[in-house]
Amino acid sequence: MRLTSDQVKKVAKLANLPIQDTEVEAFSSQLSEILNYVDLLEKSPAQGVESLFNVAMSNVGTQGETVSNVFTQEEALSAAPQQKDGFFISKGVFKDE
Amino acid sequence: MNEPVFWSLKETIKALADKKISSDELNLSYKDRIKKLDSKVNAFRYLPENLDGIPAAIKDVIITKGIETTAGSKILEGFIPPYNATVISRLKAEGVGVIGKTNCDEFAMGSSGENSAYGSTKNPWDLTKVPGGSSSGSAAAVAADFATFALGTDTGGSIRQPASLCGVVGLKPSYGRVSRYGSIAMASSLDQIGPITKSVADARLVLEWISGSDGLDSNCVSSKFKVESSKFKDNLKGVKVGLPKEYFAEGLNPEVEKVIKEAIKKLTDLGAQAVEISLPHTQYAIAAYYILMASEVSSNLARYDGIRFGKTRDYFGPEVKRRIMLGTFALSSGYYDDYFVKAAQVRSLIKQDFDNAFEKCDVIVGPVSPTVAWNLGEKIDDPLKMYLSDAYTIPASLAGLPGLSVPCGFSEGLPVGLQILGKYMDEETILNIGEIYEQNTDWHKEKPKL
Repeated sequence: MRLTSDQVKKVAKLANLPIQDTEVEAFSSQLSEILNYVDLLEKSPAQGVESLFNVAMSNVGTQGETVSNVFTQEEALSAAPQQKDGFFISKGVFKDE
Repeated sequence: MNEPVFWSLKETIKALADKKISSDELNLSYKDRIKKLDSKVNAFRYLPENLDGIPAAIKDVIITKGIETTAGSKILEGFIPPYNATVISRLKAEGVGVIGKTNCDEFAMGSSGENSAYGSTKNPWDLTKVPGGSSSGSAAAVAADFATFALGTDTGGSIRQPASLCGVVGLKPSYGRVSRYGSIAMASSLDQIGPITKSVADARLVLEWISGSDGLDSNCVSSKFKVESSKFKDNLKGVKVGLPKEYFAEGLNPEVEKVIKEAIKKLTDLGAQAVEISLPHTQYAIAAYYILMASEVSSNLARYDGIRFGKTRDYFGPEVKRRIMLGTFALSSGYYDDYFVKAAQVRSLIKQDFDNAFEKCDVIVGPVSPTVAWNLGEKIDDPLKMYLSDAYTIPASLAGLPGLSVPCGFSEGLPVGLQILGKYMDEETILNIGEIYEQNTDWHKEKPKL
């Protein structure tokens, strides 16, 4: 399958990835080549076979909710690029601020 | 070879216990060697000032409290984590210290070490060759005797393949054997942490130290790996070694094949019985892996938003972007069933292949990599060609099985590793067989000339 430049731009938007115009063509050809290879899956006899997403599915552990191992506010903020009054500063949600 | 830097982990522990050397002297020997030689190899990203305990080299995707951790990426440059990964806390409890954080492909995505944003690590056996990846610096550090042992992570072969290309021992434990708490996630249904060591016995010991649940990784089983008395002592009588015909087909370099066949002959000389087996869906493994892994990558790496830690998403390198794009596409509306679900179905077939094969044998043996270490730069512009170099490690990763790489010879002056794959949660058998092979050969004693 071939991924067009428009599809590459759409996928980049979905992935929240800022990509340069100069990267679009390279991604288009590289991803198309990879997808062409992956099309091999269509030839596999997998029709009707149960999906396996994780080999440990049957072992997944559960536990009670207990409070432990919490960071202090200071530790949680220690690597934040921007902070104010003990909070992270994020981009505005409702408008570009 | 009496210098402390050449000692195995077990020899180092004994020397410390017998007070032949102090922890300070030990660390100083390694520090001097790194200072003298790492400018050639570029195994390390960061070397902490304060050293204490048995010196271990830690892949830079494993979180270390107060020590810069970047995952080989510019997006995490300068990131100082406020906590330790479980494996680090467990090593510290055993008297192990972090001598350095090792270079790796960015977010553990790569097979050559060249995807690090901080320059490639070089293969200590030939500085013009790749060390393999993604645990490139960890394998090179052990091969160059810059650390007593190292930790790496393996998602599709990232411990076994660089161990093979650098001529050291690498163990990928079964999926769920070791807690990934504090391991920077790449593909959560595949990632495992494991040791890279100078001997098989060392790998067994490190696995015992780091395995078992901590309550912080829901896929980690509660049972800890225990060093037990080995089933096979001096020989391999009664062991059935499965040889998958698909691992000896087109694509395997003839010189590498020769070395692997000699290693198999050694196993049979030691009493093992070789049995031909088939893993018929091997040809689909890489395709399935690249869809499942990339999909999980696109989800896991969504957390890098430049708000809580790290920089903004334009700091991701090209391979990371490529995989996020591929995964986002595979999970997108209209393509999910054709790619993601189909790949998960193929994963079932691959697991069934192994289940059927293990009815006929105790372990599966073959090459780790189809070639020896290749030239730096040779595959960097061809992502697909790079992916295909993981053909023999990816299937076992998809099935969650343990795998060991043991040095088994040389081709063109470069190391070749023998891969021994075991049943789910049966690390003991592959370690046992690997150790008997190692005791009866001298390949692990060979050292690169730096």
